[in-house]
Amino acid sequence: MWRWLHPYAKSEATFALNQKLLPWFLIPGLVLTIVGVIWGLAYAPPDYQQGESYRIIFVHVPSAIWSMGFYVSMAIAGLIALVWQIRTAELALLAIAPVGAVLTFISLFTGAVWGQPMWGTWWVWDARLTSQLILLFLYLGVMALYVAFEDERAGGKAASILALVGVINIPIIHYSVYWWNTLHQQSTITKVITRFESPSIAPEMLWPLLVNIFAMMALAGALVIMRLNNELLRREVHRPWAQAILNQEKKENQNAV
Amino acid sequence: MQFDSWSAFIAMGGYGVYVWSAFFVTFLCFGILALEAVWRRNKIREEAQRQQARSERIQKAKRESST
Repeated sequence: MWRWLHPYAKSEATFALNQKLLPWFLIPGLVLTIVGVIWGLAYAPPDYQQGESYRIIFVHVPSAIWSMGFYVSMAIAGLIALVWQIRTAELALLAIAPVGAVLTFISLFTGAVWGQPMWGTWWVWDARLTSQLILLFLYLGVMALYVAFEDERAGGKAASILALVGVINIPIIHYSVYWWNTLHQQSTITKVITRFESPSIAPEMLWPLLVNIFAMMALAGALVIMRLNNELLRREVHRPWAQAILNQEKKENQNAV
Repeated sequence: MQFDSWSAFIAMGGYGVYVWSAFFVTFLCFGILALEAVWRRNKIREEAQRQQARSERIQKAKRESST
């Protein structure tokens, strides 16, 4: 673990790895988004109960799944930052938090505009919706704690601890629809992993949904990579490796114009 | 294709407002995050160039004043 992780404590190694990874997230992300959205909106069959309104699922479920998935990845970054004192991991935490917060907001917003026509209400204070709202506050709390200290390392440490403690909310969100009575329907596909049950959705709808899930992961991942690289550059702007990259980019921009 | 016409596609069986606002807000959020990341990168580059030019000016002035 240490031997594998250690090189990426150096910011230029992380930056180089990120630059290599970025197109592998960005290009499949864009292609799958176009395919998935057109498939979901125009070609997937309508739901026999909800009609066309169910098509919100193609943005709601991916954003909800990754709002939790990115939270876990943020907490892992926080754990690495706390245990091995790696600053790059703190920067990763800082890069993931806003993207995760936006994913959580998207899941809440798309849930509201789905709830209004189907349940007759934008919002209810039930277990699933409330625990997801707490997830949004956890993300915002991590972002706020990071900048709340005079000493940046202290802020990074505090944000990492909050991110780790907040992981308790992830199983609560997932199991909220089983533990409490709620308007929200039960798990459709993640129960394949957590309950070993087969997905309760027709394959004509499941496939475009899976495409959209992967598309959103790739695009959100690309955004995290871009943010982390910006932060690495900004902090090390006086070091030769960062200046070489910035000068190189300037030349490429001039050639493009 | 599940829809007979463009107007049926826009209407989404009467749920158009809900479906399209969900997709619009999702794309808007990702668009803002992407633009912000690109804009920030340009800012960093401009700032670095300003600092480089400044340190070069200082070096040059030092050389000239010492001779």
